[in-house]
Order: sequence, then C-alpha cells, then structure tokens
Amino acid sequence: MFAVSSSAITVGELRAHLTNPGSGGVCIFEGWVRDENEGRTVLRLEYEVYDPLAIAEGEKVIAEAGQKFPFLEATCVHRSGLLEIGDCAVWVGVSAKHRDEAFKACRYIIDEIKVRLPIWKKEHYADGDSGWVVCERCANVRHG
Amino acid sequence: MKTITVRYFAGFREHAGLGEETLQLDVVTAMDVFNETRARHGSTEPTGHCKVAINDEMADWTAKVSDGDTVLLFPPVAGG
Repeated sequence: MFAVSSSAITVGELRAHLTNPGSGGVCIFEGWVRDENEGRTVLRLEYEVYDPLAIAEGEKVIAEAGQKFPFLEATCVHRSGLLEIGDCAVWVGVSAKHRDEAFKACRYIIDEIKVRLPIWKKEHYADGDSGWVVCERCANVRHG
Repeated sequence: MKTITVRYFAGFREHAGLGEETLQLDVVTAMDVFNETRARHGSTEPTGHCKVAINDEMADWTAKVSDGDTVLLFPPVAGG
C-alpha cells in the first residue's frame, strides 16, 4: 500500500499493517527532516506532491520490490505540505519471511520513490531564502 | 494545430506564474510541447532532468500527443 498524507505520519498504525503470521522480521525506514543541507541551515521543508501519479507510481514500485525480493507485507507513506525539523517525511515498512528480503525490498522502495515519484521538496533556509531541491539521480530514470 | 492543456508543477509553476494553460500548438511529441512552453516562458531547464506525463500516465519525451491531451511537465523530482 502506498499513500500520500497531508498530516503527521502515525507510525504505530502503519506498523500494524505489516503484521503477518508468516513474517519472521520487519525492516522499517523513516526519512526525517534535518536542519542542514549542503552547508545551509534549513528551518523547514515543503513537499509538493501530484497525488494521482505519485500513488500510481508508488504502488508500481512496491509491486516491483515484491517481484525482486518476495515479501509478505509492505507499506509506504509520503508526506505532503509543510514539515518541521524532525518530522517524518517518508515511512517505509516491509515484513518478510526472512530478514534479507525485508532489508532489500525496503531499500529498493525508498531508493526508487526518491527518484521516480512526482514529488518536489522546497527547503526554507535560516537566511530567509528558499529553493527547490534537485535530485541528481533522476536524470537516468526512464518511464514507459 | 492541436489544442493542448499544459500543467506546470513546483518550480515550473513558479517560473511560469501559472499552474495550467490551454494552448494551440503545432506539435507532434511531448518534447515539442516542452520546447514550445520553454520558449514561451523563457525557461532554460535541461530536459534530461525533467519528466513528462500525458493524461496522467508517465510518458517518454518521444511520446506522441493528440488534440485535446493534457501534458504534465514535471521539473526534477526530489522525494524522500
């Protein structure tokens, strides 16, 4: 399941989605808003998300992860809107029979989501300036 | 000429000063639409870092556009 949330991510609820009697382990990644980027002090972040395509592409990424690294349950939620330092911006959880699939599928999902989904991040800096963050890896990612 | 609705996001929207416009364009591909709008709004963004969708489906720049299509122009993404 992939979702976009305009309100705070509630980790406890998401973790419950991963419960499965066949799972021997769970791997969870949380992306947090940090206070610095490339030497500049960051005060807050703003995520713009084009929901229809972000959700479709996010579901596709999770399905791909399941084909490459068979898991039992997977959930990912990405935030939209204004976020403060320390807020959870993205949450990925994967439960699987064994830890190897859980780690690898979790890594695949977060890596692909960062470069493929129509999501944009604007940083607001301490000096009053702001700017859209550019992801360097995205240039090599194709869609079809 | 084709009637194409173009939607701009994030930095593109801020640069163009609008989120959407419907244009009469002599275009064949999504790339042609991007080039037309770049000229229109004075953007120099390299295409390689950008993405495009046609009618809410991710597409390649070489994809053909039809009369009445909506073309979504995405500046470089940065999720996570």
